[in-house]
Amino acid sequence: MAQSKKILPLLGNEAVVLGALESGVGFVSTYSGTPASEIGNTFYRIKDIYNVRFEFSTNEIVALEAGIGAAYSGVKTLVAFKHFGLNVSMDAFIPLSYTWPRAGMVIVFADDPNCYSSAQSEQDSRIYKDLLHLPMLEPGTPQQAKDFTKLAFEISEKFEKPVVIRMVGRVSLQTGPVIKGKIKRPKTTGKFIKSRERFNTMPPDVLEQKRKLLKLKQPIRKYLQTKNINPIIYPRGYSKKSGIITSGIGFQYTKEAQVTLNSRLPVLRIDSIYPLPVEKINQFIKDKSKVLIIEEGEGVIEKEIKVLSKEINPKLRIFGKDLIEPVGELNPDKVTLVLSKFLGKKYSIKESSLKLTRRTPRFCPGCPYWSIFGAIKQAVNPEKVVFCGNIGCYMMGYFPPFEMTDTLLCMGDSISVAHGIKKVSKQKVIAFIGDSTFLHAGIPGVINACYNKSNPLIIVFDNNVVAMTGHQPRPTVKVENILSAAGVKNIEVLDPVTENEKLKQTIKQFLNKSEISAIVCRHPCLYANSLERKVGQSPFKL
Amino acid sequence: MKKTKTYNLIISGVGGQGQITLKKILCQAAIKQGLDFKASELHGLAQKGGSVVIHFRTGKKVYSSLIAQGKADLILGLDLLEAARAIKFSSKNTKLVVNNLFIPFFKQSHFSEGDLLKLVKDKVKKINLVPASKICKEKLGNEIYTGVFLLGYLAKIKSFPLKKTSLISGIRKVLSKKNLLINLKAFKLGASLSENGIKRVKT
Repeated sequence: MAQSKKILPLLGNEAVVLGALESGVGFVSTYSGTPASEIGNTFYRIKDIYNVRFEFSTNEIVALEAGIGAAYSGVKTLVAFKHFGLNVSMDAFIPLSYTWPRAGMVIVFADDPNCYSSAQSEQDSRIYKDLLHLPMLEPGTPQQAKDFTKLAFEISEKFEKPVVIRMVGRVSLQTGPVIKGKIKRPKTTGKFIKSRERFNTMPPDVLEQKRKLLKLKQPIRKYLQTKNINPIIYPRGYSKKSGIITSGIGFQYTKEAQVTLNSRLPVLRIDSIYPLPVEKINQFIKDKSKVLIIEEGEGVIEKEIKVLSKEINPKLRIFGKDLIEPVGELNPDKVTLVLSKFLGKKYSIKESSLKLTRRTPRFCPGCPYWSIFGAIKQAVNPEKVVFCGNIGCYMMGYFPPFEMTDTLLCMGDSISVAHGIKKVSKQKVIAFIGDSTFLHAGIPGVINACYNKSNPLIIVFDNNVVAMTGHQPRPTVKVENILSAAGVKNIEVLDPVTENEKLKQTIKQFLNKSEISAIVCRHPCLYANSLERKVGQSPFKL
Repeated sequence: MKKTKTYNLIISGVGGQGQITLKKILCQAAIKQGLDFKASELHGLAQKGGSVVIHFRTGKKVYSSLIAQGKADLILGLDLLEAARAIKFSSKNTKLVVNNLFIPFFKQSHFSEGDLLKLVKDKVKKINLVPASKICKEKLGNEIYTGVFLLGYLAKIKSFPLKKTSLISGIRKVLSKKNLLINLKAFKLGASLSENGIKRVKT
């Protein structure tokens, strides 16, 4: 590492930001979500240093739509969120792929294999590639995260289509050396010039747009062949008859596993999940008798290879998801074990972990949520009330000492699920929701419960910040004003710490109401300023 | 250390013990010495009073950011129970350096050095129990310097690849001016810790 003067230790997420800055990004929008949160946090910290227009949007589809407006108007744009946010954005994302932004547009999402910070589900979002038909690149290291972000902007500008970067938690939150390049002064103003050819998604034009999109697959594939990606690595004295196909983080573990097992298999690393490097794959599998496909999550690449091999090499034996469970994250142990089975070598992992009591997460000392859960537990018999939980720090009410969360699905679901329970049962139901989650996805649920008449009690955990993902600011609108406008008749706003007795009494009183009711518990998070304090601190200072 | 071998360090503790800061210092020290490195951390739920493990690997060329089971050269436990939790990364040759402190939680109020020794005695050859939090509280007025203090202690270990000077340069880069002097003091205190203060246990 001779250029040590230009090397920064960056998280994968920070490296994405640096790649965008070096590409001249002018507009960035996001909604925070771990493992992608540091992308937005970093932009928030450095936006005034590098003159980038940045916003924390109210939710992910809004973030994407804001980005679309900017990119349509000719400003280079980056939008970022976690995998669930990608789901939220899809209604706008798929039609976006049919249109033609006037500047480079890159959308970064982060999956969370092993659900380290995603309580609800483990999804492999690479599968969206077949709905989007947009180029999708997958880095495996922070340096690649930067390089692929730059490449994504380049592809986007050349083909006038958005390009997607797929991260996973282990790449987003991995620190590694990244070589700093030149940061461009961004263009942050543009102009929307009307064009039905570019932006119209009304039928029948929309079908023509789809045709044009599908036709781009081959030229983009050709273009990617000229780039330094999708490499085949041949070790000295490599095996001719078998090989490994892998991608992203899997490649890093494969490298280690080959050393551990003294294996010399050639490796094809797939960096472009869409379009796949078909020529490289064909060249790789043509003369082989067997290949091992090492991928985290679902067998996305494996399915494609199985189709391709029918043409090129029907006798090829393909191993993958039959050896690697599509649950949890890969690690060097799992990959070494799988490779040993593929090679027919003996290898075992000594399972030496001890049985120890799990240290479950809990509220910070001094957190106002202690007071809220404490009051609920004293006001009602928790056995006789249904608690509909939601996404935010208050989801830790699921853990001891409270264990007061019965349902949890996605951002904003608590109010609507509580409404549904209330429509069909006489049970008492409390819906939890945080201030930011309420603004993100809770509002339609409240309007629905008022209009379709049910009577859950909504408890709003208002700590004035998006605490769980790293203390991002949220819109300053008052939740009670929205509740009132939606038609909630019984509303109480109080401080759960200084007015704890009143909180208990109000819970008892409101649970007996025949109409929907809400208590807004307002007390700021102790660490509300922790991100704000870092504004102006750049991780890109050498 | 042979130039080609990767050095594997696990830092295991409870969220809030400053693992991320230690990771940043280690990364800067590796850059200073022209070494490759990778580090892994967990975020989100795990931060709030849960177990937090940092993997840090440095050497000529590093691929995986995660350490394989049994492959740690050194485990630094910031808490007695969390040190035990990281034991799957150890082999007989792994050095175990443990802060003599237990942070209690709802389901467990007690875990002593005796409990740790009982659990790991047939897994590692040697354990160094360092009363780091106690010393930091007594001499520096606050336990929050424990991590940096222990980094100083690691710098004394012969096989540890990062030099004292590079770690100090890392501390200067990572920590704010306001906290710099006291952290440098903590580091030096750890680096000059008299051997009498450490309990070495051969198992």
